[in-house]
Amino acid sequence: MNERLRYHLRAHRGAYGAVIMFIVIFALYIAKHTMGWTVPVLTTATNKGVLLAIVAMAQTLPVLTSGIDLSVGMVFVLANCLASHLVVGTPLQATLGVVVVLAVGALCGLVNGLIIVVGRLQPIITTLATGTVYFGLALGLRPVPGGDVQSDLADALTGAQLGGVPSMLLVLVAVVLAVWVPYRRSTIGRAALAIGSAEAAAYMSGVPIGRAKIVTYTLAGLLAAIGGLLLTFVTYSGEASSAIGGTYTLNSIAAVVIGGTSLAGGAGSAIGSVFGALVLRTIGDLLFVFDLEPLWQPLFQGVILLVAVSLGALQLLKVSNRLELFK
Amino acid sequence: MNGVVLRLKRSGQLPVAAAALCTLALLLVGSLYSSNFLSADYLLLQLQIASFLGIVATGAMLVILLGGIDLSVPWLVTVGGVMSAASAGWWGDAGATFAIPFGIACGALFGVVNGIGVAYLRVPSMIFTLGINAVAQGLIVVQTGGFAPQDRATPTMHLIATGRSLLGLPNALLVWIVVGAAAMFLLHRTALGRSIYAVGNRERAAYLSGIDTRRVTLLCFVIAGACSAAAGVLLTGYSTKAYQAMGDAYLLPAIAAVVLGGTHILGGRGSYLGTVVGVILITLLQSILSVMQIPEMGRQVIYGVVIIVMLLVYGRGRRMSE
Repeated sequence: MNERLRYHLRAHRGAYGAVIMFIVIFALYIAKHTMGWTVPVLTTATNKGVLLAIVAMAQTLPVLTSGIDLSVGMVFVLANCLASHLVVGTPLQATLGVVVVLAVGALCGLVNGLIIVVGRLQPIITTLATGTVYFGLALGLRPVPGGDVQSDLADALTGAQLGGVPSMLLVLVAVVLAVWVPYRRSTIGRAALAIGSAEAAAYMSGVPIGRAKIVTYTLAGLLAAIGGLLLTFVTYSGEASSAIGGTYTLNSIAAVVIGGTSLAGGAGSAIGSVFGALVLRTIGDLLFVFDLEPLWQPLFQGVILLVAVSLGALQLLKVSNRLELFK
Repeated sequence: MNGVVLRLKRSGQLPVAAAALCTLALLLVGSLYSSNFLSADYLLLQLQIASFLGIVATGAMLVILLGGIDLSVPWLVTVGGVMSAASAGWWGDAGATFAIPFGIACGALFGVVNGIGVAYLRVPSMIFTLGINAVAQGLIVVQTGGFAPQDRATPTMHLIATGRSLLGLPNALLVWIVVGAAAMFLLHRTALGRSIYAVGNRERAAYLSGIDTRRVTLLCFVIAGACSAAAGVLLTGYSTKAYQAMGDAYLLPAIAAVVLGGTHILGGRGSYLGTVVGVILITLLQSILSVMQIPEMGRQVIYGVVIIVMLLVYGRGRRMSE
C-alpha cells in the first residue's frame, strides 16, 4: 500500500504541487482581502477562476497526446457569441440553446480532429488556422458586443447555493466528473496517453490512434464551449474579441504547464490544469489586494508566470548524464 | 509533368513551387476583380508591406527550423518600436542617431533570455517565450506609462520605412533583401546553418556529433529577437508612431508564412526561399481580401480555410504505417 501511495505521489507530483501552490496563494488572498472568507468574495473568485479552469481542461486533452489546440480560445469566444443569441427566452428554449452551443463546440473540435487525423496535418498549425475560422464565425454572429442571456439560469449559475458554496464550483466538479473521469478511465483516454508517450509504439501495439485523437479534440472543443457558455452567464452578453480568445488560449497552455502536464505529452491530468488555472487567476487578484500600483501589475504577472513555468528546470539538477538533456 | 513533380518532390522544393503557383493564381483571381492588382505600383507597395512580415518570419523560421516556436514575437516587435522611439526622447540628437541599433539591441537582449531559458534551462520554447512575451508586455506598460517617453519615429526610421531609392525600390524592401540574403547565407553556406538543421532533425544526434547545440539554439533566439525588434523599428517608421500591441498582428501570419513555404513545423526541414514565397502569399491574400471589401468575418474565415486547404494539398505528413 505504502509503495502504491509513493508511486501515486510521484506520478502526480506536478498536480499536487499546483494544489499546494493554489492553497498558499489563495490563503494569502483571503487573509489580505478586506472582506475575507465571505460568500460574495468566494463567488466572485470562483466565477473568474472556473472559466479558465475549464478552458485549461480543454487544452489538457490534446497536450496529453503530445498535440496542442490553439483554437480553444476561439471556440470559447464562438460559444460565447452563439450563446448570447440562443440561450434566451423560456427555460425550455434556453436549454435547447445550451445543447446547440455545446454541439457546435464539439463540432469545432471534431473538425480539428478530422483535419489532424485524416488530413495528417500538424495540430499546432491546424488549430492555428481553424482558430481563425472560428473567430471569423464568432465575428459574423456578433459584429459588435451585445446580446442577452436567460437571466434565471445565469443567476442560478453565477450565484451561491445553500451553505454558501458557489454554483460555479459545482459546475466545475460536474464537468470533471462527466467529462474528464470517464475519458481518463476509458480505453480512448489510455490510448491518448500512450500516443503522447510514444506514438509509433502505440501504433505497433494496435492502439486505435485515429479514433483516440478525434475523440480527444472533439472533447476539447466541447469543454471550450462549456467555458464560453459560462462566460455568457457571467457577462450577460457576447463579444467576438480576438484578444479574449488569444489570452484564454495562451493562459490555458500556461495553466496546463503549471498543473504538471508535460508539453511533450504522455503524462499529466486535467485536475492539475484546473489548479494551474486557479493559481494563475489568483495571482492576478493577489496583486490587486496588495494595492500594487496598476502600472506594475502586468510586469509582475509576467515575471510570476515566467518563474512558475521555469520551475521544471529544477529537474536539471538531477540529471547525471548530460545526454539526457537532449531528446 | 509528372516527372517535374517527382523531381521537385525529391529535392524538397515541391512546397515552394506549389506556394509560388498559389501566389500567381491569387494574383490572377485578383486581376479578374480589378486590373490594378497586376500594376507595378500595387505590387511594389505589397512588397513594401510584406517586408515587415518578411523580417519577422526570418526570425520565426530559424526558431521553427530548430524544432521550437517563438511566441514572444508580438511584444518583441513592440519593444523594438517603443524603445527605438524612446531613445530619441531620452538622449536627444545622440539618441536619434542610435535609435535603430538601440531598438534592435533591446529585442536581441530579450532573445538572449529566451535562448537561455530554452537552451540551458530546457524549458519548452512554446511556454518560455510565452512568459517572456508577458514580461516584455509588462515592461513596456511600465515604461510607457511611467515616463511617457517620446513615441515618434525619428526621420531616419521614417525614411527607411517609407522612402524609395535605388531604381525606385522601397527602402523597406531593400532591408528585407539584405536580411533575407544574410539568412540564406547563414542557412545554406555556414557551419552554423548546417548545425541548425541538424539540431532540428535530432538534437541528441547533433550533440553527439560535437555540435554545441545549446549555443546554436541561443544564437537562433537572439537573431529571432533582433528580427522581431527590427520589424518593430520599421513599423514605427512606417506609421510614424510606436504604440502598444503594435506587434499583435504579426505572430500568426509569420508562422503561417513559414509553414506555407514548406518549412516543417517540427523543425529540421525547409528553405528560406519558401519563407519568402510564403510571406508574399500571406501579404497578397490579406491585401486582396481587404481590397475586395469582404467584411472582417469573411476575411478571417477565408484566410483560415486557404491555409488549411493549401497545407492539405502539399503539406501532409506521412502515414503511420510508412
